[in-house]
Order: sequence, then structure tokens, then C-alpha cells
Amino acid sequence: MVTAGLGTMDCPDAQQVEVREAALREAWAAWPEVASGRHAPPPIKADVRSLSFWYGKVQAVKSVSIPIADRRVTALIGPSGCGKTTLLRCFNRMHDLYRNTRYEGQIVLHPSGTDIIDRRVNPIEMRMRIGMVFQKPNPFPKSIFENVAFGLRMKGVRGRSEIADRVEAAIKAAALWDEVSDRLRKPAYDLSGGQQQRLCIARALATEPEMVLFDEPTSALDPVATARIEELVQSLKERVTVLIVTHNMQQAGRVSDFTAFMYLGEMVEFDRTEKVFQNPGKQLTEQYISGRFG
Amino acid sequence: MTPLERTIRFRRCQDAAFQVLGASLTVVALLVLGALVLDLAKTGLGRLSWSFLTSFPSRKAEQAGIASAIVGSFYVMIVTAFTAIPLGVAAGVYLEEYSRRNWFTAAIEINIANLAGVPSIVYGLMALSLFVYTFGLGESILAGGLTLALLILPIVIVATREALRSIPLHIREAAYAMGATRWQVVRHHLLPYSTGGIATGVIIALSRAIGETAPLITIGALTFIAFLPPTPLTPRPEEDGGGLYGPFEWLDSGFTVLPIQMFNWVSRPGEAFLANAAAAGIVLIVATLGLNALAIVVRSRMRRRIRW
Amino acid sequence: MVQPRESAQAATPVERPVPRADAAAALRVRRAIVDRAMQGVLALAAASSIAVTLGIVYILISESVPFFRAVGLKDFLTDTMWTPQFAVPRYGIVPLLTGTLVTTMVALAVALPVGTIIAIWLSEFAPARLRETVKPVLELLAAVPTVVYGYFALLFVTPLLQRLWPGLPTFNMLGAGLVMGVMIIPYVSSLSEDAMRAVPMLLREGSFAVGGNKIVTATRVVFPAALSGIAAAYVLGISRAVGETMIVAVAAGQQPLIVDPARPLDALNPGQPGATITAFIVSVSLGDVQHGEIGYQAIFAAGLTLFVATLGFNVAGYLLRKRFRQAY
Repeated sequence: MVTAGLGTMDCPDAQQVEVREAALREAWAAWPEVASGRHAPPPIKADVRSLSFWYGKVQAVKSVSIPIADRRVTALIGPSGCGKTTLLRCFNRMHDLYRNTRYEGQIVLHPSGTDIIDRRVNPIEMRMRIGMVFQKPNPFPKSIFENVAFGLRMKGVRGRSEIADRVEAAIKAAALWDEVSDRLRKPAYDLSGGQQQRLCIARALATEPEMVLFDEPTSALDPVATARIEELVQSLKERVTVLIVTHNMQQAGRVSDFTAFMYLGEMVEFDRTEKVFQNPGKQLTEQYISGRFG
Repeated sequence: MTPLERTIRFRRCQDAAFQVLGASLTVVALLVLGALVLDLAKTGLGRLSWSFLTSFPSRKAEQAGIASAIVGSFYVMIVTAFTAIPLGVAAGVYLEEYSRRNWFTAAIEINIANLAGVPSIVYGLMALSLFVYTFGLGESILAGGLTLALLILPIVIVATREALRSIPLHIREAAYAMGATRWQVVRHHLLPYSTGGIATGVIIALSRAIGETAPLITIGALTFIAFLPPTPLTPRPEEDGGGLYGPFEWLDSGFTVLPIQMFNWVSRPGEAFLANAAAAGIVLIVATLGLNALAIVVRSRMRRRIRW
Repeated sequence: MVQPRESAQAATPVERPVPRADAAAALRVRRAIVDRAMQGVLALAAASSIAVTLGIVYILISESVPFFRAVGLKDFLTDTMWTPQFAVPRYGIVPLLTGTLVTTMVALAVALPVGTIIAIWLSEFAPARLRETVKPVLELLAAVPTVVYGYFALLFVTPLLQRLWPGLPTFNMLGAGLVMGVMIIPYVSSLSEDAMRAVPMLLREGSFAVGGNKIVTATRVVFPAALSGIAAAYVLGISRAVGETMIVAVAAGQQPLIVDPARPLDALNPGQPGATITAFIVSVSLGDVQHGEIGYQAIFAAGLTLFVATLGFNVAGYLLRKRFRQAY
């Protein structure tokens, strides 16, 4: 695998991107499912190459390399402390908000070829292109409308009608429109937990991101709300790439196309979801799936 | 540049600009403090001398000193401390450990919050009518000390409550589990553990009391005192009756305090007394800042010793 | 043969020692009495705080009743002249009230914006170590005795202002107000910063995740979320400014403003001397006023006005602080 330290490799130019794409297609092609012709290799949205991450002296992510498929749902699973949330938060440079954090490696976005964690790349720009939904719903102390419009205003969108249209589209995409269309100016805190989380999803969708990151989005919600959000995540596949961290294996099985299993900071196994759950390649994966530890 | 890039560049400039604004305003505020200290030092440092500290006020600026003011402040502080500490700590203990969450306790809490914000001169007015006239204490050290004690009482109460609140639940439960009564838990466990926090609060409260001027002016602390309150058990002059002063006669004496002396000198027209005022100000600031520094030392010492 | 136990006991009565239960019971009773007694003592101490307030209210009211009988509440509140020394004395509180108002306004014009900006900077921008060093030093500003601030305002700030405005009188409300404002900065900044730091990081992350930068997150997300705590800080600052005595007594002079009903706005100019309610009380106390005279009672009427004003602010501040603590 290609390894690169922080800042020592330039943003890949078009030729390097092509070479890399070709190498990945080869790797995909080696899979039995693809080789047998049953599945076409999906295009890559984000290519994680030897990504490592340190909190101070502690290495939380150890040289992870996986491809994130375009407009599919990829799930990150693993026991507590395995590094899956840390890995997720690398994608939108959340770690930049805190001190004593260090990245190594690359996350290359396609088709632009931008390396997300290159220090020269502006994190604010990344966050406009890659949205995030958090574990606990965290709407702003504003109205429902203003919550969703916030990201648009950050991007510099001005026209009142344009903002109103895009807010409506985002809330509809989050399957929340029917419940709030008549009270857009009311405070977001009036909504229930599940509604607030869908509002946060709408907020992330409003900026029309290329990718949305979900950090255990249903762990604070009841089963009914959870089911609605899982439905929603599946429906988002058509327009955005989804990367979801979940503690709940069954949820990963229900919702995702690809699953990555991490343990103690290392990527143990990455494959199509059915394969990981029904016929895992590594023994560790099999032990985790069957509940031998957790 | 695309519009998006322009927006992003604008946002970064915004952040940088505010960093500069916030940091400079903070520096300016601190510079004002520095200017104050330097200005005082420039005018008053030359005047500070042993004779200044030990002379009485006088109509001649070069001969005037703060002896009576320092001694007066000291005596008043003794009365204040002996009144406010027991009363305030006791009230704080009651509110934190004994009282239940009912309307009465809430009323006391609102009341203390209000008392902490009542202007100090209102305390002086109350003391004038109550202590000086109704109780007949006259314009004495006792009256002054009691006034300041009531003034700093809310601070001591709040400090006691905060100190008690910081003792973790499992320590209390361990004490109760040994079969102790509430008073025993308070006396043998809670008070000893919270002494550091209470001491810090008391020191800060006293540093505030030392600088208080208005309430003492109101009760009649005089601005020209050329004598010292009678030290207990020292000889009394023949013309006043001879013998020894009793142990409590000093409480009855007229007095002045350091901030009032400084106020008096600042109010005089002309340059002559300004150096004196500045020198008195330096002594005041040294005392106040010294006490604040002591509080910080006590607090960090206590933090190191007790580890929950 | 087995002996029945009863007969064995009956045959040999045993001398039992004094039961330890009695001594233990006596000790328990004693401890319970002490506990109860101490509870009573401590409750008395707590109740003393109520006694203080009742004392203040009773004294202020009872001492000013004769004054109000002589002067009349309506005249007191609406008369625009405060001239106790005149042959025909007038006791309208408007000049003193205006003096308090002007100095407070000047002080707040400094303390509120500067305190808020410093609070936002400390909470959202400054690194943790810098914040921990700066905060206590800033709080020293509040620890300086106010008479020293008065000296500073009269002898340093006013000459400085006079260089900008040559006509400025020696005693003026501007210098006093500015210095008062600087003194109040830590009241505003410390409480506001505490309120903002209590806002959970999760809310900030939501803003950053959608492309926000620090200042937008601070002003559009954190500040509104901490609003009740910040409002409590503002109210505390107002209360402090209204009640301040020595700075204004030294630097703003003890001459009540001249309020001309024909040109009321002239009185709002801070570039002139003006006694506040508090400075008036000090000036009377410095003089020779006999117990029972109307001059003596006037200071209680003034004090009552002051107490009522700050009572409103203090209670509002307390309720706001409770709301902010409950939110998180």
C-alpha cells in the first residue's frame, strides 16, 4: 500500500489519480463477487490510504486503508475504543478543533482528488462538502428553519427564496417536512428527540454535501425513531455517500452495503456486508459478530 | 476566486480579526490596572517611610502619617472577623447541610443574593440608625466592625456553602454510615475538610472589608483622628482617671481607617496632601493584593493536600 | 439423664453485669440533644440574614417617614431641584437620580461591550492556559479599593481627558464613569465566560460541522445558548454601578446636578460635575447633621430609593442565574 506522511505528498494530480483508480479496480476485481461478474465494482468516493491518528502519544487509528464506495452506505463497526469514531471524525477534520492531535496518511476524495487531511486543505471547506450527524441530537437554539438554513448562510447563499427552497428540499429529504411545515419558525427544541435528529440530518443535507458522516445516530433514540432514521439513511443512498459508525451490529446489517470491522485501532476486515456477517474471513470478526466479546 | 473561496477567506479573516480584538481589549484592561499602580507609585512612593507609617495626621502635609488609620483598620478588622466568621460559617453550614428545599430556604437564598448586591452605603445607613443610636454604641470601633461584618456576611456564607458542596457524597455517606449524628459529621468531617475553601473566602471577604470607605463614613468614623484607641491593659493617663485601660475599652473608641484617611487627603484642595494620599493608596493596595495573594496560596495548598 | 434447662437455670441464678445497652442509650440521647441544639444554633445564624434585611428595610422606611411627611412623595420624585441648604429648601430626587443615571450609563458603555468581548475571547478563542492565567489577574481589577479608583479617576484620568477636551471641569461624571466601567469589567466578563463555557461542546461541534468558523459559532450559537447567564452578568454589573459610592464621591464632585426643566437633556452631559445618590449620602455624613433633623432624614430617603433600585436588579440577576444553572 502507498504510505505517505503528512505534507510530504502533494495533492495527487490527474495522472496519479488515474493510476490509483486502476489499482483499486484491480483490487476490486480480485473479489470473488466481482470476478464472477455478479457485481460491478462501485466507483470510489473516498480512498483512505494508510490513515493513522494520534491523540497525543496514543495512536488511536493504525494505518487504515479502505475504499469508501460512492453512493453506498459503509458501516464502521467494532467494540468500544476500537477507533471507529476517531476514524469517522478524520473525514471532516473535527479533530482540528482540539489540541495534541495528529494525522498521518491520506483520505483522497474523488473525483476532485483532494486529500482531506492535507494541512493545506481548509477544514471549513471540507465541512461544507462533508456533513456530520452526531450521536445526540444537537439542534441550535434557533427556529427549525434557521437550523437548516445555518449551513447555507455559512456557504454564502443569500437570496431569501433560494434559501427557503433549499431548506424545504433538505427537510423533505430528511422525511421531516410533513411534521414541521406549519411551524418552521418555532424553536427547534420543541421537537421530540427523533424529530430533532432528523432535523440535524436535514441541516447536514442542506449544503448538498458529497458525503454524510453518521456517528451512532440512533444510540440516543427509541426503537420507533431508530427505525425511521434507518429508513432515511437507506433512502439517502441515491444522492450522497454515507459512512456510518454504529455500535449496533444488527443495525449495520440492516442498513449498510459495506462493512468495516475495526479492533484496537486496526482495520481487521472490510468487505460487502453480507460477506462480513455471514461468512467473515477473519476469526476475530467472527468472534465479534457472534458476540463472543464486545 | 470562486464565491465559495471568497466566503471561506472572509470567514478566516473574521476569526483573525476577533482574535486581535479580544486580545487587545484584555491587554488594555490590564494596562489600566498597571497605569493605576504606576501612577500611585510615582506620586506616593517617595512619601512612604517609617515616619509616615507611625505619624498621626496633621495640618502640615509633610508631618502627616497613617498611624491612627492603620491601627484603626486593624482593630476594626478584628471585630469584623470575630463577628462575620462564626455567624457566616454557621449560616452556611445550616443552609448547606440542614435545611430542606422549601420556600423558606429559597427565601433565605434570594435574600442572601440580594444582600450581596446591596450598596455598601446602605449598610452604613442601617448601622447609623441601629448601632450608633438605637443600640447606643456611638461612633465606635465596635459599631464599625459590626457594620463591615454584616457587609461581608453574604460573601462568607456563599464561600462556606461552595466549600461544603465540593466535598463528595461518598465521604459524607462514609461518615454517616459509622452512625454519626449530623452535627458530628459536620464537626469532625465536613468542617475540617472545607477549611481551605472557607479560609479562602474569608480572606477575600476581609480584603474587601479593608477597602470599604462609605459605610464607615456614614456611621461617623472621623477623618481627623490624632490618637490611637486605648490598647487593653496599658496605663491610662492621670487626667482620665489613672489605672489601666480595661480589655474592651478600645471597642468604644472613635477611630479612622486607612481608606477614609486617603479619602480625606484626596479631598483637600492643593497639591500638598496628594503625595500622602498616594502613599496611603499604596499601603492599601499592598494590603488588599497581599490578602488576595494569600487567598490564592491557601487555596492551592489545600488543593494539593486533599485528593478525593 | 438429660436435665431440663429450666431447672438448671433456676438452680443457679447468674449475676449479670450492668447491661451495656443502658450506657449506649444514654450516650445516644446525649448526642441527639447536642445535635438538636446545634441545629437550632445554626438555624438562628441562617435566620440572621433575614434579620439583616428586615432591619435594613425597617430602618430605611421608619427613618424616612418623617421626611416624606414633610416633603411629600410626589415632590420628592418629581421636583428637579435638590437644594437642602437654601432658605427655602427643595428636596427633589431627580438631580441625584440623574447623576446616578449618567455615571451608570458611562460605566456600562465601557463595561458591557468590553466585558462581553473579553468573555467571548476567553471562552471561545484563547487557549486554556492563557485563560487560566488571565482570569484571576482580570479579577484583580475588582479587588482594588474604590477610593483608590477615585484617586485615579480624579488625578490621572481627568487630566488625560482634559487634554482632549480642554474645557472639562476637574470634577466630572465622565472620568468617574469611565473608571467605574473598568472596575465593573471583571463582573461582566467572569460571569459571562462561565455561562458560555457551560454550553456543551456538542452544540459547537454541530456548528463547526456545517462549515461555521469560530466567531460565527461563538455569536450565533454559544452566545444565545448562554443568554440567561450573560444577562445575569449584565444585571450584576448594573447593580454594582448604581451602588458605587467612592469613585463618584471623589471624582464626580458632590454638587447635585442642576436640572433645568426647560432643557432637561443638558443634565445628561457627562462632562460636568454631578452628585449621585450615593455621593450625596457621603457628603451629608461628612458634615454636621444632627440626628432627627430633616437633613439626617433625607439621607435615609435617598438610601431607600437606592435600596429599592438595586433590589430589583439583584432579584432579577438571581432568577436569571438560577435559570442558566438549570439549563445545563
